Amino acid sequence: MASETIAITAVPGIDRPISERLHDWIVTVDHKKLGILYIVLALFFLVVGGIEALIIRIQLIVPHNNFVSPQVFNRMMTMHGTTMIFFVAMTVLFGFGTYLVPLMIGARDMAFPRLNAFSFWMTAFSGLLLYFSFIGGNGLYGAGNAPDVGWWAYAPLTARAFSVGHSTDFWTLALIVSGIGSIGTSVNFVTTILCMRCPGMTLGKMPLLAWLNLVMGGMVFLAMSPLTAAQVMLCIDRYLGGHFFDTQAGGSAVLWMHFFWIFGHPEVYVLIIPAFAFLSEIVPVFSRKPIFGYPVMVAATVCIGFVSLSVWAHHMFTVGMNSYANSFFTITTMAVGVPTGIKIFNWLGTMWGGKIEFRTPMLFCVAFLFQFLIAGLTGIMLGASPFNWQLSGSYFVVAHFHYVIVGGILFALFGAFYYWFPKMSGRMYKEVLGKWHFWLFLIGFHMTFDSMHIPGILGMPRRIYTYEPGRGWETWNLIVTIGAVFQATGVLVFVVNLLWSMFKGEPAGNDPWDAWTLEWSTSSPPPEYNFATIPVVRSRRPLWDLKHPDDPDWKYE
Amino acid sequence: MGSAVVAPTRTEPEWILPSRGRVGMFSLIAAESAIFTIFVVAYLFYIGKSLSGPMPKDVLEIPIFNTICLLSSSLTIHLAVGALRNARVNTFGLWWFVTMVLGTIFLVGTGREWHHLIFDKGLTISTNLFGTTYYSLVGLHAFHVTVGLICIVLTMIFALFRKVEPAHSERLDVFSLYWHFVDGVWIIVFTVVYVIGR
Repeated sequence: MASETIAITAVPGIDRPISERLHDWIVTVDHKKLGILYIVLALFFLVVGGIEALIIRIQLIVPHNNFVSPQVFNRMMTMHGTTMIFFVAMTVLFGFGTYLVPLMIGARDMAFPRLNAFSFWMTAFSGLLLYFSFIGGNGLYGAGNAPDVGWWAYAPLTARAFSVGHSTDFWTLALIVSGIGSIGTSVNFVTTILCMRCPGMTLGKMPLLAWLNLVMGGMVFLAMSPLTAAQVMLCIDRYLGGHFFDTQAGGSAVLWMHFFWIFGHPEVYVLIIPAFAFLSEIVPVFSRKPIFGYPVMVAATVCIGFVSLSVWAHHMFTVGMNSYANSFFTITTMAVGVPTGIKIFNWLGTMWGGKIEFRTPMLFCVAFLFQFLIAGLTGIMLGASPFNWQLSGSYFVVAHFHYVIVGGILFALFGAFYYWFPKMSGRMYKEVLGKWHFWLFLIGFHMTFDSMHIPGILGMPRRIYTYEPGRGWETWNLIVTIGAVFQATGVLVFVVNLLWSMFKGEPAGNDPWDAWTLEWSTSSPPPEYNFATIPVVRSRRPLWDLKHPDDPDWKYE
Repeated sequence: MGSAVVAPTRTEPEWILPSRGRVGMFSLIAAESAIFTIFVVAYLFYIGKSLSGPMPKDVLEIPIFNTICLLSSSLTIHLAVGALRNARVNTFGLWWFVTMVLGTIFLVGTGREWHHLIFDKGLTISTNLFGTTYYSLVGLHAFHVTVGLICIVLTMIFALFRKVEPAHSERLDVFSLYWHFVDGVWIIVFTVVYVIGR
């Protein structure tokens, strides 16, 4: 590959003053720079949200702890959830998508570069808006406070009578603004993928990452918009005296739950589908085999996209819906497990008989397979309404969804970080530090979230700031908190690895993994225009065709 | 280096992809539809649940004239874009102007209706559930009409200065999709608010 590369070195202006280089980053419309900005923003909020998680865990380490007050605990819980979902998970996945999609489909940029920049800055400023509540949450009353209504913000807790001051408004406005940003990014993804593919790349020859981001974009339209609408209604209630969720005037608190979860559950799939996308790119490369069952993979993703829009009320079994609704949402929840299971078998089929290399990205992906399976199984348990009546609102639920989000999404994300770091920075990460990160985080994850299921079964409710001794919860909570320390250490190793490798790592070359998709055909990091000439592809693995002209893929597809 | 990925020589069929503008606008419309759906669901859910008056059947009058104006503006914008595509710039300007007038009539009509409801009937957004859902849903739609009208007025100004050319017809075609969407939403809002809700 290297011999066929036009050397693009001599980045002009590396010695320019820092203010000018900073200015470049602020006014940029280049998808690669914006992608990196998204990722850096998300890493910053990962640290912030992680500190909030540690505060929560330290408070719960022993019974009757007084590390923080109940009020502060509620704020930490709300901010941790909101930050991690909207400003870490969404943001980092959009970052990877923005960076990778144009490169993988052989385009020079996104379809709407300025919309891309607009969406990023909306996301960044909505994050600032959320955290400004720490200063301005009480308005003119003096010291501020953060929102404390939980990330689901159930009515009527958000009514003016129960949430005085402006902290809830900061939360509402931040989510409206970030929602607009997300919709903008998704419009961009869908348009880019449908209209910017390089010649020869039919829908059936797109890399799976592009396919899955297409489905994710479509889901954001249908999932994120209801949240925006519901937040507008909440604003009307709080500022114009409306009665949408005001039970005193005939409004319904349950309607808010429906609106929130119509967003909330598809949101999980909006987050996990890009994680699936990472796996679908990383597992084949480190198994040295093409992906097993490409069409089935696409079909399963589209299927998940549709079915997951009709499962939301499994978050509400304990509200008291009628038996038809309970049965319907139980059945749809079970049904969404089927395409998800198909995907797991596809990745296993890809690994089966392959020459597996356990580099750091692959380790994270293999851990994903195990953990996501367990998370799916506890999901099926909670999806059965009778079982749910027993365990809803307990730590079992907290353990379940952290298993999905940390054990699934975050592990896939770490894999993606290590896999594409050489492309983004042009340098290799330290493999040893990567392995340390993996094992520390794996041990910490299982200590925390395996153990967390047990106090849930023993009856420990979620959202409590402390608990009585003598209920059999103490040891489990202690282990959970110790695990959190392991995870924090792992993330520290990760950050050190990134920073060190960024400046001191070995040069990576264009294609360190001997991979097959278009982003590896250009230099690392790619030039602003991505490809000197727009590539032409004939199969799903264009670089395989190039490296093996005697046995190209397009003969068999 | 991108050229590295060149397929063996073969006469490929011409590579045609959908228009970015249209796909982007359809995506936006999908997202907007979801927003309107939530407001419509809230309206339908709260029909007849207000604890105090005024009730819809006491105060709402069916805005037939307004509706005719808004819906016919869909036809006139279609004619305008079609004329521009065929390089008949003056005809375009005429139909575009008619579209602008029809849209303005609709907005003024909504304003008069609200004025009547607020000052004569005493219905505000905080009076009861009907007021809350009515002003939100109709207001959300009127907001979209306003955004559309701003774009139409801007284009009209450009047209007056002879800056609109046949080359711009695709962009205006994309915009007309938005305008058709706003009109389509009005059919749903009209049905829900003035037919079912009354």
